[in-house]
Amino acid sequence: MNLIVIGVNHQTAPIEVREQFAIPEARLPEAVKLLASQPGIEEAMIVSTCNRVEVIARARDAQANLHDCLEKLYGFDPQPYRKYLYEYRERDAVRHVFRVASSLDSMVVGEPQILGQVKEAYATARAVGAVNSQLDALYARAFAVAKRVRTETAIASSAVSIASVAVELAKKIFGNLEGKSVYLVGAGKMCELAARHLLAHGANKIYVGNRTYERAAALAMKFNGEPIAFDQLYDTVDRADIVISSTGAPHTIFRREHGERFLARRKNRPMFFIDIAVPRDVDPEMNKVDGIFVYDIDDLQQVVSSHISDRRAEADRAEAIVQLEVDKFHARLQTIDVVPTIVSLQEHLETVRQAEIDRVRGRLGSLTPEQELAVEALSRGIINKIMHTPITTLKSAARESSESTTVIELVRKLFNLRDAHRPETDEASAAISAKSGGRR
Amino acid sequence: MPLIWLRVAVAFYAVGLLYSLLLLGKKGNLLAKVVEPAVGLGLIFHFVSLVEYTVLIGRLSWASIHYSESLLAFVAMVVFFIFFVGYRTTSPGIVIFPVVFILTFASAMGQKPVTFESPALRSSWIFVHVMMIFTGYAGLFLSFGASLLYLMQERALKAKSTDGLLSKLPPLQTIDEICYNSLLFGFPFMTFGLIAGSVLAITKYGPYFFTDPKILLSFIMWIVYLLLLYTRWSSGWRGRRAALLATFAFVIALGVWAANSLSRVHRFPQL
Repeated sequence: MNLIVIGVNHQTAPIEVREQFAIPEARLPEAVKLLASQPGIEEAMIVSTCNRVEVIARARDAQANLHDCLEKLYGFDPQPYRKYLYEYRERDAVRHVFRVASSLDSMVVGEPQILGQVKEAYATARAVGAVNSQLDALYARAFAVAKRVRTETAIASSAVSIASVAVELAKKIFGNLEGKSVYLVGAGKMCELAARHLLAHGANKIYVGNRTYERAAALAMKFNGEPIAFDQLYDTVDRADIVISSTGAPHTIFRREHGERFLARRKNRPMFFIDIAVPRDVDPEMNKVDGIFVYDIDDLQQVVSSHISDRRAEADRAEAIVQLEVDKFHARLQTIDVVPTIVSLQEHLETVRQAEIDRVRGRLGSLTPEQELAVEALSRGIINKIMHTPITTLKSAARESSESTTVIELVRKLFNLRDAHRPETDEASAAISAKSGGRR
Repeated sequence: MPLIWLRVAVAFYAVGLLYSLLLLGKKGNLLAKVVEPAVGLGLIFHFVSLVEYTVLIGRLSWASIHYSESLLAFVAMVVFFIFFVGYRTTSPGIVIFPVVFILTFASAMGQKPVTFESPALRSSWIFVHVMMIFTGYAGLFLSFGASLLYLMQERALKAKSTDGLLSKLPPLQTIDEICYNSLLFGFPFMTFGLIAGSVLAITKYGPYFFTDPKILLSFIMWIVYLLLLYTRWSSGWRGRRAALLATFAFVIALGVWAANSLSRVHRFPQL
């Protein structure tokens, strides 16, 4: 199916690089559209979260190179970042897509947010028409796999989200969160989640600062908190012990000098900045101020890594499920690829056989029904004997993704099979996605 | 007999010392379970030793440097346990245990029957003076220890390393509270101890006692102590700056202790 995944994630690239590739939510539809309209790209979607930015595309030919598309998309040459980029094709790409949706590739393995984020990315791509036939089938399956992993393993039950890691760190600093106050900068979902966790652990006062005051007010109301106009941000942030920042601002909001001012006003009582924005909201320099602790999304990962080992066993089970599903999906896809060739090969030889029988019939004279049957059986037998090896080869080649295209091409060339376009493919994949309870 | 009890106490304190060393080497888990009962037992033997010694001599014997070492270590452990009950953490022990061990060890190894006797030492003022000063010292030691821990924890949090010490130390704010509260606890004792000492000295030596190096250092230490509290009250100093100041106070405290050999009015007898 010529599937390609290319991207950066929390494992391959530091936050500085991910910042370069991040695509803000508002720009996403336009970006997906642009990507899907590139020559050689049949379908495409983009998943852009704080931990990963990746392009999933189906290309017209197997050797397609997405780097040019990336350059178009970002307006800069991605070449210098090559070492941070991962690229998967075909079977590996399917596996990657399944793993991401199942939260096995997440910073916090098993965290539930990623599935929602992928679903949103998928919906966005569908809405602009960048996804139609095959990626549809792929994602329908991916969501089913994610659900299976969730229900069949305990990976999600002990999921530690970013939010609970934030709570854990806050406790390392403040001990008890009783009576501590929290300032949310930006009214995003992650902010909200983290705030909910902190409140559950004793924090009792929430401030919300957001560029649009209405959103701040709406979020503040949920927590019985206090909305604050964005232009008063620097005068009010020091009221809070814990600041969670997740704005979409392209540059830092809090710099070192701000931190020094906050601390002076707070009589040096410590402050904890949790920066879950990509690009970052808090200048890393601020961590150097005495009494200020800044954790960005990558730092949270470090903390999280210690928890990951606890879930290793469950993750292994989940990986096994994913592997099984990849095999199933791939086998189906490949059979779809190879079936038309086999059918046309059979049809082709059948025509040849019929033509030959018709040609010699005159010379054979009148035949008894037994003789008629014998001729039929003879010709059929020869064809089946000859066909046996090519068909087996085709079928086994279907299981070896690297070979299938070459073998199919070769067979087509050898027998001069001309129906290059195979309309059955789309129908067949549609059938698959319908069968898997997809979102069509 | 008291010497034997003291040596038993030293053995128990050695567990504490080992615990501190292992904790610094990031392998503290081994002894974490036994360290509390061990130093607790040490404290009991220590107490028995002190009481028996006092009964044997028939009075409190400040005049012996070894007795004083033993007493100071004892008071430091008592203050440590007071804070342990409050905060349920043995972490300040990382600093307190070695200090206590060294003091009791020196005392247990060097102790001899005391023959020196000065009528001035019989006064109950002396008792008040010494006990208060020692409690003040203990508060200062604990605060110094906690401020070092604060630095470690702060550094670990900033370096974002989650393993090793960070996982064992109490939260930053708890350490900070221990740091501050032990200062607050020790300060009045130190102040009244110095006042008691001054009253004694003035009645005995007249106003000239102020030029004595030990006395001078004591007052400098008191001023640094005050400064520690003041910077905390006024601008909430903690972390690096507070730790530096506490270290300074601790060094002066050691100097005050050592200055006994230079002092005319405040000298341990030569053994």
